[in-house]
Amino acid sequence: MKLYEYQAMELFRDYGINTPETVLIESPQEAFNTAKNFKTKVVIKAQVLTGGRGKAGGIKVADSPLAAQEKYEEISKLKIKTFPVEKILLAKAVDIAKEYYLGITIDRANKAIVLMISASGGVDIEEVASQTPDKIFKLSINPLKGLEQKALEGVVSSVFEERSQVVQVVKILNKMYKLFIENDCSLVEINPFCLTKSGDCLALDGKVIFDDNALFKHPDKEELSNPEEYSSDEIKARESGLSFVSLDGDIGCIVNGAGLAMATLDIIKLFGGDPANFLDVGGSSNPNKVLKALEIILSNKKVKAILINIFGGITRCDDIAKGIIIASEQIEIKVPLVIRLIGTNDTQGRKLLKDKGFEVYEAMSEAVKKVVAVG
Amino acid sequence: MSILVDEKTKVLVQGITGRDGSFHAKSMLEYGTDLVGGVTPGKGGQKVSDSMVFDSMAEAKSKTNANCSVIYVPAKFASAAIKEAASAGIELIVCITEGIPVIEMIENYHYIKQKGLRLIGPNCPGLISPDKSKVGIMPGSIHKPGEIGVISRSGTLTYEVVYNLTVNNMGQSTCIGIGGDQIVGTGYIELLTMFEADSQTKAIVLIGEIGGQEEERAADFIKNNIKKPVVAFISGQSAPQGKRMGHAGAIISGGKGTAQAKIKALQSAGVAVSMSPDQIPKILKDLLN
Repeated sequence: MKLYEYQAMELFRDYGINTPETVLIESPQEAFNTAKNFKTKVVIKAQVLTGGRGKAGGIKVADSPLAAQEKYEEISKLKIKTFPVEKILLAKAVDIAKEYYLGITIDRANKAIVLMISASGGVDIEEVASQTPDKIFKLSINPLKGLEQKALEGVVSSVFEERSQVVQVVKILNKMYKLFIENDCSLVEINPFCLTKSGDCLALDGKVIFDDNALFKHPDKEELSNPEEYSSDEIKARESGLSFVSLDGDIGCIVNGAGLAMATLDIIKLFGGDPANFLDVGGSSNPNKVLKALEIILSNKKVKAILINIFGGITRCDDIAKGIIIASEQIEIKVPLVIRLIGTNDTQGRKLLKDKGFEVYEAMSEAVKKVVAVG
Repeated sequence: MSILVDEKTKVLVQGITGRDGSFHAKSMLEYGTDLVGGVTPGKGGQKVSDSMVFDSMAEAKSKTNANCSVIYVPAKFASAAIKEAASAGIELIVCITEGIPVIEMIENYHYIKQKGLRLIGPNCPGLISPDKSKVGIMPGSIHKPGEIGVISRSGTLTYEVVYNLTVNNMGQSTCIGIGGDQIVGTGYIELLTMFEADSQTKAIVLIGEIGGQEEERAADFIKNNIKKPVVAFISGQSAPQGKRMGHAGAIISGGKGTAQAKIKALQSAGVAVSMSPDQIPKILKDLLN
């Protein structure tokens, strides 16, 4: 679950990490008034759940209340990647002496938490990582042992020169680590982190992602969730216990299991088709899930044909067949439906469907060829 | 031979009185797995499919001498179950549960490593050595004993591949689902090493997917260490950047972890990469002849 910058900033302040003064503003008039109150230059920042907003014109500096109002109006009209700008943050501008990168995330390869520091702040850190990896200093953390202070000081000292800076940054990284662990994050990032000309340390931007698997431990996070992170179909699917991702094509897919679902999309492409979605109905055999899945896919008007690909393990093919029959009685399926059933109770499942006039395939490639031909 | 599980594997089911645990306990017993009991705290003394239920892993281990456990408890309690199995000294812990918080999994991983034990999963279908022992949720009927070792991050995609092998008369030595999460207990490299050393295994199928760099590392390892033929299939070629494709670990982030990069790495290590699961048996046959 991703947070907006303004939400991350609030969380930073809760943990004692300093940020510039910010206000979430909702009208050009408010932009004017807030800038006037601040009596400084201000930065107007689009709040979107994606990177690259600076390049897209989503961050602008204004040196007067009138300019703040104008920049607000410009930014509010933007669409950054697929996200229309609906929230805008106004921040007091600061006198930056130098920018850095501070981040904590999961290190899959080393089965650890990794803390990263770089003097190349304010730019795309993934680019730094791929082009000049030696500019990023890392510390691997075993959560059973926690953040070891000597090692932390060592890695901070390789980026910051003055002792007073090292002491300040070590404190901030301890606060970030506490935030990371206590909130079950998968990413906490400050980029840029800056030293001001007056010697202060400030988080100028913030990115926080919570581990979706850990949300059950943090019921209070519900109110921070941002539905715009997902498409409306993705939200509907999630409510029905389905795993769903919207894609650009025109062949709707219902598959059991994430790996088989991904492979099904690939094979549709291999045979010249274009999938409309990823959908994993999961391991249960609840016929209602098939009904919900069909409803969601049919609500996408681009869909020209639907492929149901089931390899029964825990999922029983006869239950899936019943779900398809119930769905076909309750909703009008105007596009061709191609079904492939194999595995647990497939004979019964195929018979149920054939009796109702459905054509059912055994081999995945045959079913895919068919759906591409009719779609 | 086979790897990790065989006729001598004595299995306990953690969460045996639950809906999934009891269903799969029965299915494992029917397959012929040496299921010696199960654990559900507070339900000791009951029986599930004629298997004894114990209150704790320590008690179950001392009374049954089990060397393997399989976990079906919900995500909220799964880390406690993994740690309990490890504290009891269970050598092979298989965790089927999906949805364990990632920081907890990092802790579990290091805890198990300190004790010198092995974890398979989580978020996996388990493992099977056909006709010897099934520890997990896969349909036993699609497997047949033979010479192909299978390692996969997926569940149903593994069934698809195994089914294609079996109908083409290519049996399996052992099939392992390593799990679809970011942090899993046992990875490709350890299992490739075991299959290379296993006399029954003549060739290996590696099924990967988008996310992380494990397939790339496996490719490097195969190049220098594996002499047996390896055929790979990677799913997620059409997956968009930044979207989680069902599995917690199946995500392309910052341009890393694409199927294309994995396929390229495997091919340049000399691994044959199949573009579809039903082509794998033919490629294997060509390599084995």
